[in-house]
Amino acid sequence: MLSRTADNLYWISRYMERAENLARILRVTDRLSLMPAIAESDGNEWHSTIVVAGLEDMFYERYDEATPESVISFLAFDQENPSSIRNCIETARRNGRAVRTALTTEQWETLNTTWLELPGWNENRVRGSGLNRFLDWVKDRSLLFHGATVATMLRRDSYFFSRLGTFIERADNTARIVDVKYHILLPDEAEVGGGIDYYQWASILRAVSGYRSYNSVYRQGLKPGLIVEFLTLREEMPRSLASCALGIKESLDHLAEQYGQRHECHRMAGQIHSRLRFGQVDDIFRQGLHQFLSEHIENNNRLAYEISRAYLF
Amino acid sequence: MAPAIFDEMGAEGAEPRPAYRVLKDWLDQIPLDVLTLRREEAETFFRRIGITFAVYGEGGDPERIIPYDIIPRILEAAEWEQISAGLVQRVNALNAFIADVYGAQEILKAGIVPSEHVLLNETYRHQMQGVQLPHNVYTHIAGIDMVRVGPEEFYVLEDNCRTPSGVSYMLENREISMRLFPDLFERYHVAPVDHYCDDLHHTLASVAPRNCESEPTVVVMTPGIYNSAYYEHAFLADQMGVELVEGPDLYVKDDIVYMRTTQGPKRVDVIYRRVDDDFLDPLAFRADSALGVPGIMQAYRAGNVNLANAVGAGIADDKAIYTYVPKMVEFYLGEKPILKNVPTWRCSEKDDLAYVKEHLAELVVKEVHGSGGYGMLVGPKATKEEIAKFAHALEKAPEKYIAQPTLALSTCPTFVNEGVAPRHVDLRPFILSGRETRVVPGGLTRVAMREGSLVVNSSQGGGTKDTWVLKS
Repeated sequence: MLSRTADNLYWISRYMERAENLARILRVTDRLSLMPAIAESDGNEWHSTIVVAGLEDMFYERYDEATPESVISFLAFDQENPSSIRNCIETARRNGRAVRTALTTEQWETLNTTWLELPGWNENRVRGSGLNRFLDWVKDRSLLFHGATVATMLRRDSYFFSRLGTFIERADNTARIVDVKYHILLPDEAEVGGGIDYYQWASILRAVSGYRSYNSVYRQGLKPGLIVEFLTLREEMPRSLASCALGIKESLDHLAEQYGQRHECHRMAGQIHSRLRFGQVDDIFRQGLHQFLSEHIENNNRLAYEISRAYLF
Repeated sequence: MAPAIFDEMGAEGAEPRPAYRVLKDWLDQIPLDVLTLRREEAETFFRRIGITFAVYGEGGDPERIIPYDIIPRILEAAEWEQISAGLVQRVNALNAFIADVYGAQEILKAGIVPSEHVLLNETYRHQMQGVQLPHNVYTHIAGIDMVRVGPEEFYVLEDNCRTPSGVSYMLENREISMRLFPDLFERYHVAPVDHYCDDLHHTLASVAPRNCESEPTVVVMTPGIYNSAYYEHAFLADQMGVELVEGPDLYVKDDIVYMRTTQGPKRVDVIYRRVDDDFLDPLAFRADSALGVPGIMQAYRAGNVNLANAVGAGIADDKAIYTYVPKMVEFYLGEKPILKNVPTWRCSEKDDLAYVKEHLAELVVKEVHGSGGYGMLVGPKATKEEIAKFAHALEKAPEKYIAQPTLALSTCPTFVNEGVAPRHVDLRPFILSGRETRVVPGGLTRVAMREGSLVVNSSQGGGTKDTWVLKS
């Protein structure tokens, strides 16, 4: 398969996943900002949303203050922000057009319909209750795309490159969400069930569709240590770092099998995966959660680079 | 007096022509709002699968849908047989001509085509002189534009020997009309067209370089997603099951062309390129081209890769060369031409120019190198100012123009805002040449959607129709 095709497939998935993650983060921020307790605390939730997205510098070059309007406009619609939801969808669809032949009809039609509907959304339409409708739409479109990918693509290289994009992007995102709130996720058995922290913990879980699944896995209320374990080490949680690392490793293994060739990225992916698979949450806290997450984000980026080197993107 | 216009369904009030009887019945019965609904369905389908024609730099929606008229155009088996035989003959002659021009130049020596028309032509590529191609084929995919003016009268308006586009519309139009009107297909025996892409693949594989030992690797090369026909490039690659490449996906090493793949370099044997000669190789042609592949011309001349269509094939579709095509048929094939040319005045010739200047208001004047319906004057429809402007342009550079009588293009029933009404049409069949020459039954019918308009080009608001050839 053409290297450019592999590159495009990988980025289509990354961009769709990124759009979905931004929608999830915005949803949680909006919800948190409605809680009086949070509004009165130190945190400007809208500011930390920008931090999660890793776009602090660009944002403050363009806006003075992180308000609901400025952050939504920047993350959802700003043409100048290459990672805004609008640009993610535009770029994914443009890449899709460039590799139509590698996409299934269902994937292409999902991308194209998303792109056709996009101009119907703008700053005015997302005021008030419109915001939730917009964020739902983004999430639905992304899930539909991933569903089409899983349900219709032939299991060979093109599929595995698509999946790599999803997992690399998702791992990065989950790590960032947790990292922004690491200071409230302290290992000691802090008091559960009250105060600001509780809402913040719940919000992290909600951002990754993990609130109810957390409860069904642990059945003992929200505890920071368990939340960290859940989002980093538990493979059954589909947005956890471990689950993403497994997805990456498996996709790369399939490629190695099809091509009969292994590269540096295979070694790295195996290393990252086994570290998480055999890791313990106490060790993470001993190392320092922030330290651990920063390292993970960096390794994830290096892995992405090695993948592109191996397949000549 | 304007000549009578031939309507392919039959004149108003008269009995419909045999091929149209069933369709006419059907049209008489179907309520207009059902037709409207069907048209909307078709448009949604085209948007969803993304069949668009990109027009950049003119404002408005850059990805437009070419209007698809839901009423098919119908040709009888006997009519088609005649056309099809004529097309094969004509394209064989065109291929022989190009091979000759870049070879022994017999036709120039015989004085049948003036040398200066060929050797000084902008489309003549001296780099191709002496290059031998598999099966002597230069225009592997040709699109011949035809018009009809009477029951038996078809004319060739223009030959397209470089990169004729539109075949994807021929195929998608069939797809959608079969979805929309299964009942009509039950009552008509329509010759299928969907084997076109298989034929295309066979044709391309049959012209692989002689030193290609295994199954040839064929690719489609596109300038990229901003090209107006990008949809078609992707469509054809997909249907043939081959890679769609852009210039940067290819590179040349030791006169061999490779594509960059996830498993390393892979040799490429045949390139169906939809990139113009000028942009193909920055080392041979335009140095500023970012779409091309440095060194590909050298690999091509060395016989290590084949390009479809050949570099320099444009020499045969130049509008000044067009006038000689009937003579080519006689010269190379020793046959009488089956298809007629439209009588044409070459403005480069003194007497012709004088006549054209006198009769501007009746004639169609075209640029020799123009295409897409730009830079042309339709005398009877033009304003005084437009005519004056063209007269001036003619004076300055007569060799750039040819002129033809305004033909009374046939009309077909077409669904427009006012209901079902006759609109002017032309026809572009596609001819494939490799080891053999073949034509799929039908082609792309283009229709001028505006009343009375003769301009069918999609860039000028023309639409398309599904074209049915009935089985005998």
